[in-house]
Amino acid sequence: MNLEKIKSDIEAAVPGCRLQIILNGSPSGQHSLLLGREHAVEIARFLRDDPELRLDYCSNVTGVDWLDSETSEKVKVKKLVDGVEQEVEEVRKTRTPGYLEAVYHLYSMEKKHGPLVLRLRPENRTDHVTLPSLTPVWRSAEFQEREIFDLYGIIFEGHPDLRRILMWDEFEDHPMRKDYVEPNDYEYEPTPHDAVLEKSKQARAIEGQR
Amino acid sequence: MEMIAPAAQELIPNNAAATGDDALLEISLGPHHPSTHGVFRMDVVLDGERVVKLKPVFGYLHRNHEKIAEGASYLASMPYTDRLDYIGSLTNNWAYALAVEKLAGIQIPERAEYIRVITAELTRLQNHASTIGFLTQEMGASGSPLMYSFREREKILDLFESLTGSRMMCNYMRFGGCRVDLPAGWLDQTRKVVADFPGFLDEFERLLEGNEILLARTQGVGVLSRELAIQAGVTGPILRASGVNYDIRKVDRYGIYDRFDFRVPLGEHGDVYDRYMVRMLEMRESLKILEQALRDIPSGPIMDTKTKIRGFRPKAGEAYGRIESPKGELGFFLISDGSPNPYRYRVRPPSLINLTVLEDMCLGSNVSDTIVIFGTIDIVLGEVDR
Repeated sequence: MNLEKIKSDIEAAVPGCRLQIILNGSPSGQHSLLLGREHAVEIARFLRDDPELRLDYCSNVTGVDWLDSETSEKVKVKKLVDGVEQEVEEVRKTRTPGYLEAVYHLYSMEKKHGPLVLRLRPENRTDHVTLPSLTPVWRSAEFQEREIFDLYGIIFEGHPDLRRILMWDEFEDHPMRKDYVEPNDYEYEPTPHDAVLEKSKQARAIEGQR
Repeated sequence: MEMIAPAAQELIPNNAAATGDDALLEISLGPHHPSTHGVFRMDVVLDGERVVKLKPVFGYLHRNHEKIAEGASYLASMPYTDRLDYIGSLTNNWAYALAVEKLAGIQIPERAEYIRVITAELTRLQNHASTIGFLTQEMGASGSPLMYSFREREKILDLFESLTGSRMMCNYMRFGGCRVDLPAGWLDQTRKVVADFPGFLDEFERLLEGNEILLARTQGVGVLSRELAIQAGVTGPILRASGVNYDIRKVDRYGIYDRFDFRVPLGEHGDVYDRYMVRMLEMRESLKILEQALRDIPSGPIMDTKTKIRGFRPKAGEAYGRIESPKGELGFFLISDGSPNPYRYRVRPPSLINLTVLEDMCLGSNVSDTIVIFGTIDIVLGEVDR
């Protein structure tokens, strides 16, 4: 599939959309297309209904978590040291903020081609973690977007039934995120026994002070 | 009733608050009923005997397979893929090996390709045979048909045991080829099993085909339309029973499937009967592939010598590899960042995604039919929950 052509086709069909080709360094050669959030649903509809592409089958939907990364490089800088100009090595750090990603693999059952890889990125990893849901376009994304919501915490707007799917409803964190820290005991519940233990600890502490 | 999760309370439509004869009944099917194929639960709302609403509940077997694999090396995840769909561990191995081979651009030797095809088609045979056995069990034919299919399955599992050392957790394939070469006499044993298998299929067909109960319980039950099947990403025999000609062995021609002459059976009505028939016919096609592969298998190495499977570090990049597993499209999506562990490891489970249409197929049918429809989807919970 010619990604350049698909990109220009989309740009013609959905004016004003943001698109970027992301290259893939592996021999698989599966390059992907990064979509802007605003027009994602329109673009998805176009990809599904366009008579040439007919990407009617959304096979795989998944999340990826990229943490904040820091790359450092050594740069030679000219500086005045004790009134003399000298060349000094300095370490310069560039910080790339982390982001979450939803990846969609599309195929066509009618034309028997694919995959086309789509990527969507929410604004950040912390407080604006929303994406438009593509479930209205491809229903096969229904459970998979629920899974991303469950394990990565991306909120899909327009999803018909966004609930946790694998973890239990009371669970609070998102375990597939790279910075997730496992609790000591998943099923810990405070019991009356804990209260008794706490009391005896306090009593002992008071005794120790005497 | 207190067993039902809070989310399920919202299932009952508002107008159903009335009590009396027309009240709806909310029940929880599973998780430990013998016909739920493992720990799977459905929240069902019933109007008398009719299903009004059905929501599957997952996660009883969830162990976050993907997270564990992201903390392990590429090789260390191979035995763990056996535990996904534990009926067909060899196809799981193949899907994972294929994804890694795409990621790193590995070519595998000819003999290994043939061994992969032979073991994968044997896996398909025993999977479909046991699925049909389970199906008859769920229709109330306790015992005999299931035991007939298990008898045949056992012969194939014996072959797996002599080849890999394990009946079900085979851990046999590697990226770059296969783990060990075939033991002496294995091909002859396999030829014998393959030659005997049509006899079992004929016997099974004589037993079931004209059976009035089977026809009444399956024809016109749980119809899945062609459009919905495509839209919901259903794959495997269920998709083909709805008349969509999409078999990844034909579409992608991964491995060496382009060398074999076989056909893709299709259904017309998309009901339970068609799903049963498609599986029966697929077994006959698998036998054709097996005969050709057993005839043509060359001698030679079984591992690519350039691939270092220990300390394996592919270049940064990503790849999605998929195969036609007995249950549908099984895919692995891998992202490498150049380290010895995959940065992202994702399983595309056919069992989970095929369940998307469970509610659509069951609405309006009886509870007893719901169990049969559920059975024809052919899921394994190890793969659904991961």
